Amino acid sequence: MKNNHKPRAKIDLSANTGGIKSPNPFWLASAPPTNSGAQIMRAFEYGWGGAVWKTLGQDPPVVNVTSRYGAMDFGGQKIAGFNNIELITDRPLAVNLKEIYEVKKRFPKNAVIASLMVPCERQAWHDITKKVIDAGSDGIELNFGCPHGMSERGMGAAVGQVPEYVKMVTEFVKEASSIPVLVKLTPNVADVRFPARAAKAGGADGVSLINTINSIMGVDVETMVPKFSVGGKISHGGYCGPAVKPIALNMISQIATDPETRGLPISGIGGISNWSDAVEFMLLGSSSVQLCTAVMHHGFRIVEDLNAGLSGWMRRKGFTKLDDFIGKTAPNIVDWKHLNLHHKTVASIDKNKCIGCDVCYVACNDTTHQCIAIDTKKKNRKPHVVQDDCVGCNLCSLVCPVDGCITMTPVETGLKPLTWEELTKNGMKGYGEVYRRH
Amino acid sequence: MARRPPNSVWRDNFAELKKPLAREEARVEASRCLYCYDAPCVKACPTHIDIPRFIRQIAAADPLGSGATILEANALGHSCARVCPVEVLCEGDCVYHDWHDKPIHIARLQRYATDAVHASDELPFEPGADTGKRVAVVGAGPAGAACAVYLRRLGHAVTIFEKRKLPGGLNTSGVAEYKMNAKTSLEELRMLFRLGCSVKTGTTVDGALAAKLMRDFDAVFLGVGLARARGLGIPGEGLPGVMDSLSFIERVKAHDRSLPGSSAATVVIGGGNTAVDAATQSRRTGASTVVLAYRRAAEDMSAYDFEVALARTDGAEVLLNAAPKRILGRKKVEGVEFARTKTVKGKLVEEKKTFIVPCDRVITAIGQSKNRALPEFFGAALNDDGTIKVDAKTLRTSHAKVFAGGDMVNGGKEVVNASADGKRAAWGIHQTFIPGADPDEDSAYWVSTIDGRVVAPIVPRAEDVHEK
Repeated sequence: MKNNHKPRAKIDLSANTGGIKSPNPFWLASAPPTNSGAQIMRAFEYGWGGAVWKTLGQDPPVVNVTSRYGAMDFGGQKIAGFNNIELITDRPLAVNLKEIYEVKKRFPKNAVIASLMVPCERQAWHDITKKVIDAGSDGIELNFGCPHGMSERGMGAAVGQVPEYVKMVTEFVKEASSIPVLVKLTPNVADVRFPARAAKAGGADGVSLINTINSIMGVDVETMVPKFSVGGKISHGGYCGPAVKPIALNMISQIATDPETRGLPISGIGGISNWSDAVEFMLLGSSSVQLCTAVMHHGFRIVEDLNAGLSGWMRRKGFTKLDDFIGKTAPNIVDWKHLNLHHKTVASIDKNKCIGCDVCYVACNDTTHQCIAIDTKKKNRKPHVVQDDCVGCNLCSLVCPVDGCITMTPVETGLKPLTWEELTKNGMKGYGEVYRRH
Repeated sequence: MARRPPNSVWRDNFAELKKPLAREEARVEASRCLYCYDAPCVKACPTHIDIPRFIRQIAAADPLGSGATILEANALGHSCARVCPVEVLCEGDCVYHDWHDKPIHIARLQRYATDAVHASDELPFEPGADTGKRVAVVGAGPAGAACAVYLRRLGHAVTIFEKRKLPGGLNTSGVAEYKMNAKTSLEELRMLFRLGCSVKTGTTVDGALAAKLMRDFDAVFLGVGLARARGLGIPGEGLPGVMDSLSFIERVKAHDRSLPGSSAATVVIGGGNTAVDAATQSRRTGASTVVLAYRRAAEDMSAYDFEVALARTDGAEVLLNAAPKRILGRKKVEGVEFARTKTVKGKLVEEKKTFIVPCDRVITAIGQSKNRALPEFFGAALNDDGTIKVDAKTLRTSHAKVFAGGDMVNGGKEVVNASADGKRAAWGIHQTFIPGADPDEDSAYWVSTIDGRVVAPIVPRAEDVHEK
């Protein structure tokens, strides 16, 4: 019998983010899961590639409040969004340094990144940088992102929101550091490209983003006090979890496509729950990804299916190493003015799959372009698209609960591609109406 | 006399089959609802409850608002949540059937909401401003109770006459306890008192009282249901140990300790839901064997499949194509003699050869006769089949001030049909009092549900006309 077996391609998951190497791109973000050496060692046993230590600061350590996390559920799903008001580590610096040393000794191949936050003084940054290098850290992450508590003390997001401070502190650390330095950026800014440019100008080896978003989790309508509170009062916390993913993807693609920061290594963070979320971050330019909320929801074991899912996808796509696809989709993120005005797509409904819930019908008629109709003859309840009127907005396909029932189909218009930029240059001439305007 | 099972067995066997949903379960189940536009479940419900809306209100943590949506359209929504054959009504039409999943548990969600309303001890509506009109409602079953509720909301004074000691009709006395206990039915009917109805129980309406009601009241609603159970008309029917299903079920429901022969080998004769209920309840009260005998084929049985399935699960045997010829026994029942039947060209043909099923109890359930005397007291004409003649829109009988609904009109249907009739008749009566009246703000919504409120108009498009 002939042996048709083809050897499976070897998949190399090893990652390199600005010189920080890890056996795979999955890192634990600086947060409660990385509070101690014992936790991080357990995580590495499960297969995590790296861990960013819960942010270290000056002694005496901070104290935290009790009641620290809040969550937003959606429908039957727990934790669509997550929020916390926890500060940086509340353990003495010496304890953390000793544990960093122990972790590195036991797991030399895994990346241990020390997240740092001290006041904006050169000496303070020099001191702590040297200490974490001595302890054996593989890299440093500057916490310029934490939006609550520490920002009131002039640290965290208070630094990250001012590009000049970002550059200055990055320079302080780079002066003293022999290991790669990542700058963790806050999303609580008008345009994330400015602090990213500042980090690069300060000599950063890469950036990590996003940190959490300023947020209040809600008000309990029965008691009328904040839903998540410390004895009835709350300060804004940092929002993260699946709900923030699109915001993070946008900020990452902004940095990946900005001519001034293009090529700057990125460690992507924000709502990553599974391998495909991670792939999306990498396709837009992240060379590693950091997770927290999903781990806090399900534990360290999720890394098993993160690694398996990523390897399987790479094998199916014919990739053997991460560099084969990192940043592959980033060029597709462009300004609106570069989109093709002559592209045309229309919806069509598969009558055999349609279950007649008519959710698309009401969505289209009440809120978008009134191009779905129901021919009620013979008690028919199934909607159809009046394609001449369809503007290709996608809404029907988004609300349809049935997989593959409503598809958006490209339509050949015979028109040459035309962008807004070209149209305005042309004196507003040359646009062929591709959809009916009422 | 056969030995009675201990009370704990009864208690376990008559515990609710469908448990209430916990808050989290309700939230998750409600989130599953697609919130269909022109939802088929709303059309399938005889009272046209806006089901997507009440489910969305549960998902949005507003169980009281949800309960209000339900009780607006169906005053008996609390009991319907338990006794409705939802498999052939709302849940049967759920679009999930065309997809990959079980239908939404509409009934259990409805119960979740109406339980909250009853627990809150506050009705979501109140009596209307007094109109000075008086209506007599005969029968405090589902049709009469629903009619009374909506009449009170319109501001008319209501006096209900009920022959039994307790209101609720079959909801209180005839529904199997594992579906709904009597307490739940009575709890629901507290709203009659809260709305200010006068309820005269233990009062049978005879010719003389009927004449008085016609004099003293501005309108009368008849909602008395069907009459006695029909007899088999075969030898041996008078033997001890033969009883009709309605009295059997009523005695079980009343936990009647004198009910004889609970461990008896039982033959139930009939093919409807009452027969199947009697078979299930016989098993659950300890009958050693139960044979449900029906003279035609399985597909001819009027009982719902899920009810037959429950009886079978409980251990009842279903004997088809068996026509009872004789009940055997000297001093008491000893067996039933059946003839085999088959259907030839649509006609039921009996074979000559007979066989005997030994038993010591026979429960008959071949339907109820119509109450012909009562409508006549009120001058309401009957159809040939004994049901009352009514105007479909208003449920007015041949007598201008007499209205009717429920089993007497439809020949015997569900609680929800009776409730829908009561609602329709209340509005019919109101229109007689104040011709051409528009409903006031408090009644506009429920009036709009009588004919299936058009919650989801489909707008015809000019484009459709041109499409080929």
